[in-house]
Amino acid sequence: MNTVDNNRKLLMEQSVPGRVGTVLPDLDVPEQPLPGQELLRDEVDLPEITEPEIVRYFTNLSRMNFSIDTHFYPLGSCTMKYNPKINDEAAFLPGFAAIHPQQPVGQVQGALELMHHLQNYLAEITGMAATSLASLAGAQGELCGILMIQKYHRDRGDGDRLKMLVPDSAHGTNPASAAMAGFRVVSIPTDENGNCDLEALKKEATPDLAGMMITLPSTLGLFDPTIVEVNRLIHEAGGLVYADGANMNALLGRVKMGDLGFDVMHLNLHKTFSTPHGGGGPGAGPVCAQPNLQPYLAAPVVEKRAEEGPERFVLSTPEKTIGKVSASHGNFGVLVRAYTYIRTLGDAGLKLVSENAVLNANYILAKLKDKYLLPFDRPCMHEVVLSANWQKAKGVRGLETAKRLLDYGFHAPTMYFPLTVDEALLIEPTETESKETLDEFIEAMRAIDQEATENPELVQNAPHTLPVRRLNEAQAARRPDLRWERKE
Amino acid sequence: MNPRDRKYSKEHEWALVDGSGLVVVGITDYAQDQLGDVVYVELPNAGTEVEQFGKMGEIESVKAVSDIFAPVGGQVVEVNGELEGQPELVNDDPTGGGWMVKVGPENADVEMANLMSAEEYESFLESEAH
Amino acid sequence: MSDNGSVPFQSHYMPNTPAQRAVMLEALGLDSIDQLFEDIPSEHRSPSLNIPPPTSELELRAELEAMAGANRHTGAHASFLGAGVYNHFIPSMVKPLITRGEFLTSYTPYQAEASQGTLQVAYEFQTMVCSLMGMEVANDGMYEGASSLAEAALMACRVTGREEICVLNTVSPTYREVVETYALPQGLKVTTMDAVRPRLPEGAACLLTQYPNFYGYMEDLEAHKVAAQERDALLVVSTDPVAMGMFRPPGEFGADVVTGEGQAIGVPMSFGGPFIGLFATRKKYLRQMPGRIVGRTVDSEGKTGYVLTLQTREQHIRRERATSNICTSQALLALASAICAAALGKQGLRRVAELSYHKAHYAASLIGRVAGYSFPIRGTFFKEFVVKCPASPSVINERLLESGIIGGLDISHVMPDCMLLCVTEMNTRGQIEALAGALSEFSR
Repeated sequence: MNTVDNNRKLLMEQSVPGRVGTVLPDLDVPEQPLPGQELLRDEVDLPEITEPEIVRYFTNLSRMNFSIDTHFYPLGSCTMKYNPKINDEAAFLPGFAAIHPQQPVGQVQGALELMHHLQNYLAEITGMAATSLASLAGAQGELCGILMIQKYHRDRGDGDRLKMLVPDSAHGTNPASAAMAGFRVVSIPTDENGNCDLEALKKEATPDLAGMMITLPSTLGLFDPTIVEVNRLIHEAGGLVYADGANMNALLGRVKMGDLGFDVMHLNLHKTFSTPHGGGGPGAGPVCAQPNLQPYLAAPVVEKRAEEGPERFVLSTPEKTIGKVSASHGNFGVLVRAYTYIRTLGDAGLKLVSENAVLNANYILAKLKDKYLLPFDRPCMHEVVLSANWQKAKGVRGLETAKRLLDYGFHAPTMYFPLTVDEALLIEPTETESKETLDEFIEAMRAIDQEATENPELVQNAPHTLPVRRLNEAQAARRPDLRWERKE
Repeated sequence: MNPRDRKYSKEHEWALVDGSGLVVVGITDYAQDQLGDVVYVELPNAGTEVEQFGKMGEIESVKAVSDIFAPVGGQVVEVNGELEGQPELVNDDPTGGGWMVKVGPENADVEMANLMSAEEYESFLESEAH
Repeated sequence: MSDNGSVPFQSHYMPNTPAQRAVMLEALGLDSIDQLFEDIPSEHRSPSLNIPPPTSELELRAELEAMAGANRHTGAHASFLGAGVYNHFIPSMVKPLITRGEFLTSYTPYQAEASQGTLQVAYEFQTMVCSLMGMEVANDGMYEGASSLAEAALMACRVTGREEICVLNTVSPTYREVVETYALPQGLKVTTMDAVRPRLPEGAACLLTQYPNFYGYMEDLEAHKVAAQERDALLVVSTDPVAMGMFRPPGEFGADVVTGEGQAIGVPMSFGGPFIGLFATRKKYLRQMPGRIVGRTVDSEGKTGYVLTLQTREQHIRRERATSNICTSQALLALASAICAAALGKQGLRRVAELSYHKAHYAASLIGRVAGYSFPIRGTFFKEFVVKCPASPSVINERLLESGIIGGLDISHVMPDCMLLCVTEMNTRGQIEALAGALSEFSR
């Protein structure tokens, strides 16, 4: 990372008039009259820079990142598993990458066939009736699911159901999605064992209840053994249950959400199904639904016609659809990757995923619980929540423990989430890490605990070895500097 | 450290009657310390009517948002424009330069009596800590 | 593969061997992995899973190639299809850079010190979006163009405290559908109006326009700004960033929010996604802007660095009161666009725009000479235009495909017998003339 300082120069600062980054062909048709000058702009303020400079700049920028390809990345609730290379290769095949979403279906049967298979696989994995691949991210999948529940109630003349329950441990997108759909969000507490507080739930099971959004296993990494009872209570009150599938990595092949009584759910293909996170997108958030909600799925879905022919697979609009959530058919490039992943692992491989993911998390739990407070002392699923409260007593906060981990060459766990656990450190190792890596991580965590006792300042001022030290976030927010500007 | 010349609310605002009978409002030192680096303060425009203990604005730190409640009701007659460019005033000088609004109180006597004295506020903080 | 039952399946993605797993289980004091799943109600545990067995990479690659091969793609065909998704030149440097694992396999840059690469790219991207649109601030990207426009409409309602969204009938029909999906459930009203001298009702929050519009023509943004301003409503413009290489940007017309589909710069068409939604606005609306924003700051030693900023707008902090539920910035596509925009640079983007313009107008001039074809829309177009055909566009498209040409979009459901044609720098003179030649077979 020695090139870092040179690399702080932005593209516009490296720009030299007259340089070009690519050569375009000459105009091979007669020049046509241009529109009036009043419609045209003078120039665009873009850099002038050559290809070798661009390649070096972005390559060196990449080297300032932690990534799965370079580091263990135990970021809880994000499922940072290895992203197989064949997935990318498949997505870049010209027959997939160079097709247009508006081509007549007869020209894109291969793409539609792949989508159709994927719809079926996801429905099978979740135990649901049908899938829409249209939603572009987990949060958009949530919004779709919530809109489906809303439309279902309205169609039944039950539009006064305006209350959506969300556990206090939920990811922030849950309440935000419910609010976007116009629901009133009511938070349900977690009990002392980390499960849904059934008494609190019963109090909210009133006639204005639209439904509940539940993450399973929860963001505490726990499978709520009362889940069937929770879902029954919601249904009895006339509500429907939405499952946030962010943590499905724990359950692949182990249980089907549909069997547990969930009505609708989304999956994060960029978590459970190994598609790369790309530094914050793209993802994909397909929605799977039971028969009661199937007609409400977002458009389009792919249907297979009974008869053979050049248009065997077609795009169709579900009967009572909530509508379209994007201009096209979903993040197809991501769908190709997830399809490839499911086919690679197959039935046996998917079951191995959850086994290894859960075993790895429990191994970390067992090896750290004497040094870090374990708020819920029971086996976890694919991720374990620890608290840095013991370290805090020594003057070292969870944030600082996490930053110190960076110095040891590990990405930090998710911090301060879930909000219900003080000084939370949410650790998700995934199935693609070896015991050797886990042991090194465990050693680093134990070493940091020791540092917190012997040399707290070392931890408090971490990181020490990265391209930058602790950044001034207050300044960034107080006086936003959000783009390069030409100095007058 | 909490000035004795003013009253305090359970939501950690202070209210000070100034020479012209207006009530100056801000948040306490304890509140700014809890929030951490304040990065943005959203206040009502002058002319807005606020109710005692009603929400009157928001205060943001890097990673949290909190509501600001009016310790007394009335019309907002002046807003501290300095906070727009220098929200850090709330951290640096919460009971002085970090003031937020001046309210023309409608029922100052009764409403000020609903608030705590500095001593009462300090014992309130102590009881909260346990 | 090993589905014969004799040898347990071992995945090349999972390093722990059965022996290692046994050691780990022992450390947990357990005999079997099944014990870790005992919280799952027993009657639902370990269901059957009807998924095909594991497939080797070698076999799967052949299957995928066959499936991809069943599609007609622009690698083997001339294409004149646009309508919001465009076949533009992507320099070779883009793919190797975006597939570098350090970019591809990193997460959202919450740990700033370990994500300076992604963060600095975001700052570059925001700079470019502002330059292209002529706007003051931009976010790090939204899902894609249609949902960006929908989010802009929601933002306009928040800013104005109003509930009516006005949208011109020249905005893409699918974009309008997405706006409705987002807005209607919240109780907001969406009113479609004619693009010629639109009159906004009192209490309108915003006017949504597209520039160039869905049919390829430049809207009169000056007039639309006046129409919006009359009602103190926001002017929201959805745009094609390639058009920004030559046309005056919406920012110069006083647009309040500018959105767009960034795909045309650096992102393959990929059957419609993943793409990158663009979103820019005025400084005064910054705190109402949805999505992720990156800012420049300094570290504890005074060195420049980048961080996620203004995060209190976002769902992970403000939860149900957030500006949006969005949690994705399409960072990888923002990277692709940033690299491509840098490669094209000041001269190249203008060149791409002008090549597309001249070729599209050349195509129109050839088609205009064929008897039976006409242009129902008057005005200045960029790289797309509407042609009224002497036969059904779907029949014509079938004929074109026989000549290896993917024809224009059949829009006969909105304009009888009409086709929306798109021409870019990717179309050679030969392709354009072949298109005109094939169309002339239907002349009358």
